[in-house]
Amino acid sequence: MNRRKLSQNAAFSLFWAAGIMSVLIMAVVVGYVLVKGLPGISFDFFTTSPRGGLSGEGGIYSTIVTTFYLVVVTLAFAIPPGVGAAVYFSEYSGSTVGSLTGKLVNLARFGVDTLAGVPSIVFGLFGYAVFVTAMNLGFSILSASMAGACLIIPVIIRTTEDALESVPSGYREGSLALGANRWETTWKVVLPAAFRGISTGILLSAGRIVSETAIFFVTLGGSYRVPHSLMSGGRTMALHVYYLAMETRAFDRAMSTAAVLVGLVVVMNLGINTITGRITGKQR
Amino acid sequence: MSTRNYSLFYGGFKALNRISIQIPSNRITAFIGPSGCGKSSFLRSFNRMNDLIPGVTTEGEVCIDGRNVADEDVVQLRKKVGMVFQRPNPFPKSVFENVAYGPKLHGVKNRSDLAVVVEKSLKRAALWDEVKDDLHKSGMSLSGGQQQRLCIARAIAVEPEVILMDEPASALDPVATLKIEELMNELKANYTIAIVTHNMQQAARVSDYTAFMLTDENRAGNLIEFGTTKQIFTTPSDTRTEDYITGRFG
Repeated sequence: MNRRKLSQNAAFSLFWAAGIMSVLIMAVVVGYVLVKGLPGISFDFFTTSPRGGLSGEGGIYSTIVTTFYLVVVTLAFAIPPGVGAAVYFSEYSGSTVGSLTGKLVNLARFGVDTLAGVPSIVFGLFGYAVFVTAMNLGFSILSASMAGACLIIPVIIRTTEDALESVPSGYREGSLALGANRWETTWKVVLPAAFRGISTGILLSAGRIVSETAIFFVTLGGSYRVPHSLMSGGRTMALHVYYLAMETRAFDRAMSTAAVLVGLVVVMNLGINTITGRITGKQR
Repeated sequence: MSTRNYSLFYGGFKALNRISIQIPSNRITAFIGPSGCGKSSFLRSFNRMNDLIPGVTTEGEVCIDGRNVADEDVVQLRKKVGMVFQRPNPFPKSVFENVAYGPKLHGVKNRSDLAVVVEKSLKRAALWDEVKDDLHKSGMSLSGGQQQRLCIARAIAVEPEVILMDEPASALDPVATLKIEELMNELKANYTIAIVTHNMQQAARVSDYTAFMLTDENRAGNLIEFGTTKQIFTTPSDTRTEDYITGRFG
């Protein structure tokens, strides 16, 4: 009895310590960035563009604009095929089990799972070789967003498929039994019911675009100017942090930019929490 | 509604064995029998819900209004043959949108026409008085019994001729069950109702006719006996029916 109590207490302490540890690590990292970065943040910091050069002077205006454009264009490329593929896998491929199409579907699923684990720089190299060089699109938002779309499509497919599969089959049966066809059922019942799960996946993907650097280093270039078209190069905030830290003397500005990034990530995660919180709230 | 020598296979497995039955209109017919005897599969044959399962094949025929359901357009068939499921499955939409879903599918666009259909259907499903004050609250926020009546209203809204009920009260408490049973009694004036139930008392209470099903030595479902509920429950002609009714197995 005593031994059991002892092992229970030991286990409890270990898990407790592990929990404290993870919170502590996060607090130290975020705290350090905020302490170092916040003092450099002012209104001007958001409204002026980097001046370039070794000094690293200037703000982050153009990098905010670039980040925003890149996220929007990438999502525009990635959502239709991502959600579409997931709808096919989840809602339509069921009747193909055992057939040749069924085997292709399994192959495609395997491909998606594999792609989701490929390091982002590989997509970067692919984007550099195909979009930047072969298609002659240069370092541009267009090249970068297509490469970025390759990176997040597997993520969107997986999260959307999960969201669709968590929709109770009773909804589908209820709709089909009323004379709806598969598409009407998917469009009017299943997709709305999965909407929150799907938006969570999309927000996570947007976060990925905000935070990735390597893939955009080789597709977006590093121009610090405000982009004026899809063919403009640019640098995202994350990329700007990298440039400031490695190629200028303005380490403090890198920290400030990082602090803004951290703030953005926190806001996005809050958004995700609100969405998923509503799920648990509404579905009892 | 009838079937002739109707068999159903899941891949190579025969689940229903040559079932022939004539289901009377505007009456409640109950299908009873132990779990796995194929009563649900049989019920789902009338609106071809089994089509959704890969590998299902059939032999013989299922007819509604003298027409083979296999030859009918499945959309029109399911408009004619409504279904209520074991677990209440309202859509995560408002009460109004749940009931209006079917009519919208079948072409009713006008908002006021929809409102008329919704009110009529909810009244017929004996739910109107409980929800009329807030038709825009979520169908999911209703109690289990209310949800099931909402599903009945949703089925009625497309004006079917037949309503199939697959253990419609098995997930409900006794009070809600009683309400559903009373409702069925009112509905039979306008609809032909077929109900699957594992609850013999329920079959005895609500149905006019009872069909008893049982699996044979190959685990295929067979129709053992069909007759008026009174006859089945008082003077069954088959000893297996008698054994089941009296609780000797099942």
